[in-house]
Amino acid sequence: MTTETYNERHDPADAGRRPPRATVGSYRIEEEMFGKAFDGKIVSRIWAFVEPYRLQMIIAVIAVLVFTGTQLIIPLIVRYAIDYAVVEGGVDYTALLWACAAFGVTIAINYAASYVQESVVGKAAENVLFDMRRAMFGHLQRVSLSFMDKTEVGRLMSRLQGDVNSMQEFLETSVISVGDMALLVGIIVVMLWLDFSLGLLTLSVMPVLFIVRIFWLPRARKAFMAAHETNSVTNGALAEAIHGVKAVQSMERQDVNFTLYNDKATANLRAHLTASKYAQVMVPIVDSLTGLAMAILIVVGGSMVLNERLDVGVMVAFLFYIQRFFDPIRSLTLQYSVMQRAMAAGQRITEVMDVRVDITDKPDAEDLPADMDGSVEFKHVTFGYNPKHPVLKDVNFKVNPGETVALVGPTGSGKSSSMALIHRFYDVQDGQVLVGGRDVRDVTQESLGRHIAMVLQEPFLFTGTVFENIRYRKSEATREDVVEAAKTVGAHDFIMRLPGGYDAELGERGGNLSLGQRQLISFARALVADAKILVLDEATANIDSYTEMLIQKALVKLLEGRTGLVIAHRLATIRGADRIIVLQNGQVIETGNHDALMAKKGLYSKLYNLNYASFDDIPDTELEAATEGAGDGTT
Amino acid sequence: MSSDATGDAAKRRDAAFSKTYSADKALLHVKAAGWGRGLSTILRITRMSLRHPWQVAIAIVSTFIAASLQLLIPQLLGQAVDQTQTVVTGGEAGALAENALLMTALMLLGVSVARGIFTLLQNYYAESVGHHIGYELRLACYEKIQRLNFSFHDQVHSGDLITIGLLDLEGVRMFFSTGLIRVFLLSVLIGVGAYLLLSTNLVLGLLALSFVPFVAWRSATAQMKLRLTWRELQERLAVLTRVMDENLGGIRVVRAFAAQAYEMAKFDKWSKYALELAHDRVGIRVRATSLMTFSFFAAMGLVLWIGGGMVIEGEITVGTLATFLTFMTILQMPVRQLGMMVNSFARASTCGTRLFALLDLDIAIKDKPDAKPLTVTEGTLRFDNVGFVYPETGDNRVLKNISFEARRGETLAIVGPPGSGKSTIAHLIPRFYDVTEGRITIDGQDIRDVTLASLRHAVAVVQQDAFLFTTTIENNIAYGDPWARENRIERASDSAQLHNYVLGLPHGYRTIVGERGVSLSGGQRQRLSIARTIMLRPDILVFDDSTAAIDAATEQRIRGAMKQYARDRITIIIAHRLSSLMHADQILFVENGEIVERGTHEELLDKGGRYKALYDLQVRPGDEMLEEMGGGEN
Repeated sequence: MTTETYNERHDPADAGRRPPRATVGSYRIEEEMFGKAFDGKIVSRIWAFVEPYRLQMIIAVIAVLVFTGTQLIIPLIVRYAIDYAVVEGGVDYTALLWACAAFGVTIAINYAASYVQESVVGKAAENVLFDMRRAMFGHLQRVSLSFMDKTEVGRLMSRLQGDVNSMQEFLETSVISVGDMALLVGIIVVMLWLDFSLGLLTLSVMPVLFIVRIFWLPRARKAFMAAHETNSVTNGALAEAIHGVKAVQSMERQDVNFTLYNDKATANLRAHLTASKYAQVMVPIVDSLTGLAMAILIVVGGSMVLNERLDVGVMVAFLFYIQRFFDPIRSLTLQYSVMQRAMAAGQRITEVMDVRVDITDKPDAEDLPADMDGSVEFKHVTFGYNPKHPVLKDVNFKVNPGETVALVGPTGSGKSSSMALIHRFYDVQDGQVLVGGRDVRDVTQESLGRHIAMVLQEPFLFTGTVFENIRYRKSEATREDVVEAAKTVGAHDFIMRLPGGYDAELGERGGNLSLGQRQLISFARALVADAKILVLDEATANIDSYTEMLIQKALVKLLEGRTGLVIAHRLATIRGADRIIVLQNGQVIETGNHDALMAKKGLYSKLYNLNYASFDDIPDTELEAATEGAGDGTT
Repeated sequence: MSSDATGDAAKRRDAAFSKTYSADKALLHVKAAGWGRGLSTILRITRMSLRHPWQVAIAIVSTFIAASLQLLIPQLLGQAVDQTQTVVTGGEAGALAENALLMTALMLLGVSVARGIFTLLQNYYAESVGHHIGYELRLACYEKIQRLNFSFHDQVHSGDLITIGLLDLEGVRMFFSTGLIRVFLLSVLIGVGAYLLLSTNLVLGLLALSFVPFVAWRSATAQMKLRLTWRELQERLAVLTRVMDENLGGIRVVRAFAAQAYEMAKFDKWSKYALELAHDRVGIRVRATSLMTFSFFAAMGLVLWIGGGMVIEGEITVGTLATFLTFMTILQMPVRQLGMMVNSFARASTCGTRLFALLDLDIAIKDKPDAKPLTVTEGTLRFDNVGFVYPETGDNRVLKNISFEARRGETLAIVGPPGSGKSTIAHLIPRFYDVTEGRITIDGQDIRDVTLASLRHAVAVVQQDAFLFTTTIENNIAYGDPWARENRIERASDSAQLHNYVLGLPHGYRTIVGERGVSLSGGQRQRLSIARTIMLRPDILVFDDSTAAIDAATEQRIRGAMKQYARDRITIIIAHRLSSLMHADQILFVENGEIVERGTHEELLDKGGRYKALYDLQVRPGDEMLEEMGGGEN
């Protein structure tokens, strides 16, 4: 039997052939890298972030112009020195001294200008980057949760990092571009001024480079993009191998994967070599053109000097200029790509900034008073993420201060939505949600957050110590408070076993703790928040019986003396509640305690009698049968 | 995810450094390699480059030629300037001078074109060598990571491996073109250039070169400082990234606690911290570059002054002065780049040390030299007094005296509290870890004596955390058997109770899942994981707590569908939920690494021990339990 299966999996005839169903890594280009080179709307939006640094920008532009000016002047000084101080047979030490003095002053100014320009621009660009990121991050704190739900975190992170960096790069280079532009114009003007016809002749090679680059740029960019892309592909495959290494080894896929990875790495190598060719081919072109310009200068200019129609100093100055004049053309054409990238990034940044904030405090919103009673009431609440398909329809119920209510119902019945409304994560379409007798829309969201503690189904912990996690935003909580809370929920013992106890650093999202342990810490966090109302979404995942017991115990403690609303999945929790509200299709169909509901023989009793340890274990088919029956019963 | 696995992982992570890997693990965190080690790393990279002798030869020769040609340019320019100075005496002499000028111009053009071509060859082949080295290292790195044992991957953070495989590899790859070749270029330029200048005029030559040591020193120190602050900045930015990432990922917690202001304060703190350093870096960079430019121009001014005087005195010609000035402009760029060269060396030695440490790691679990393929006849698995200690914990045995036997067609169940060592037993059978005591045999063959590939074909484990690959559902199911036919895939998927769900998806079996695809629930992931393991048709099938997220009814259906399948193999089930395992032929109750009870479900219930206690805990109605606990507390 073994030999048979062995053969089936590795047919020798397949050796070397790529298996039809195998891939490694996955990479899809998800976003446009380049946009329009210029988009007025985006530029004006981005300008809003640059505005505060307008003074710096003006200083930088002035400095860059001064810097460019000194660069243009230096060859002129050399020319003056050669023509007036040195040659002509005459010995003019004063002129030489003057030339050297002028040179000294110029380089001092050059130094100062380059210092000012680079540091001012560099720092301002960093500031703009951080401001922009902060504005975006701050905005995300306020946008509706439904936006956050449907947007991947990774996508937002690339807004906050990659796109913002593109903008920074754009800002830095655009000031330099101003200098490049000035240098280009300056060189042309000075050369024509020194000798018009010679200038014109020498400059004639310049358009050649422009034309070459116009043809070269799109092809080169394609090659560079291909190199970049194959890099991402290969790196993605490596990352997959790292994260999935145990699965790979369990299924003995190493050989197949290696072959496939080799394909990708080879493609990457080829793409890089092509890109390299494109990058380097410009070198001989620029060098040849420079050589050509110098040759023209020497032949034409030289004969002009011989005929005494030109000073030799002018020729030397020309030589200096020629060696410089391709630099600005090169960097200006590159700037074009930077601009396109920045516009694409800017487009995405403004998209995030434009996400509407649905829920804001009213101008006259007040804090929920500290002595509010802790009651929660739904009055004729209708609500839907899509107004046409409400998930809650005319829901009415009241939870009295100190009472524990379990919300029960099949998936999609509206349990989680009800919870979200209490905290005003969303606004109702119709009706009212009252907390402590006040409409949640009339009080500040901040005070609502202080009075309502929430425990979510998936316990989310932050990187940091156990202590910081339990205290979270309640910075006034002392160590004693934290330890007390942990003891109450039964987390103290395992915390003390961690190296460092309460100061133990939690891994990424609490990765070094088990699900049950994370749950207990999130209970402690809710306890420290010390709110009058506790909203809890019970975890559905199967936790081992030992931890489960601890959690059930903690739950009792947590709910003591508070108004509790629990989305309950476990029978133990449901039966422990003072009252049970059964929801179905966005409507309250039954309320009462366990015994009353059992006597009623409605949906609840049907579900209960199916005898599953948790309502989530009930298979869909049986659930459907039960709800249909119950539906008939109520109508 | 089960508490068992994460508990174990946590314990392992917290434990003292391992005996096997501690040295290597420390190496993976090299921040700056020591001199000796750094040097040997550099030599090793150089040796790797020499494996492409032709390309290296072309690159080096081209570098020499290109640099020499570049040095000719100032000479030619000076010559041209001098030629224009020829005192024009008559028409003939004038024509001669013009001819000389034409010659110089043509030579200049020729030299420029040739220099451009050789620079192209130099750069292209230098990069090509780098890309080839990069390619080889990529493959080596991939293969190594694929083969390193579980105990290595348990300890080393995946982020660290990604850093090595991406960034460190890049540092090594860049070394040849940005480090080594540039050293050649710079030495030729400075060496030959200095010789030419100094031999023309000693004083002026010294003045022209005076900026070189200063700029070189400034550039090197500034680069090193920038390198240090860069690393620091990356660390601060990493924290900022984490703050943002966790905030967005945990946005519901943030909103639930109305903690926006708190989170903004946290963001601002780290943002400010990073911004300060970013400003410092701008400062360091600007101070260095503007000072370098200044010193260059200052040297030029001196050459102009002293040289001008010399021209006046008739010691040198105007052309020579022009040669000196042009030469200086040529030298300026490569000297400024010296910092980058130093950086390239530093980076290559640090990155290379880390990368090579990974590549040189010994793989502890591998085939013995004389290993034969496993032959399964009866299909009997035996544990003989097996003991196990995680290499890193040293003391504290995870498993002690584990002995049992299972035959083809049988189901063995293992149950016990979290952290009792159940999963470890599962991981020992395919040799994900090696036993430290006793032995495991399949049909009498010690699993350490057979080839790993044959062993792992015979033993398959459905893991707790089903890692899904970002590809289609069918490719995921056929992961271990990529040649599989469609009907087999569907059968496996049907047995795992996944088929109906898949058919309901818009693209059916072609739906992409995984990180970038449709997200599956925990239960669906586990079902997919079961399906792909069924595909392997192993002789021993282990469910390592891999049904926790599947509801009891579905699990029962899976069990029913696999009844036939289970007849041909040994099935080992590790679970918390007793309904998953009470039908087993033999149940082992494991506590603190030892088997404390064994028998069938009925036998163990009768015994009234720990198994019975767990049973009671799971089946008793909740409120009784609550009352009892409440009573106990008060």
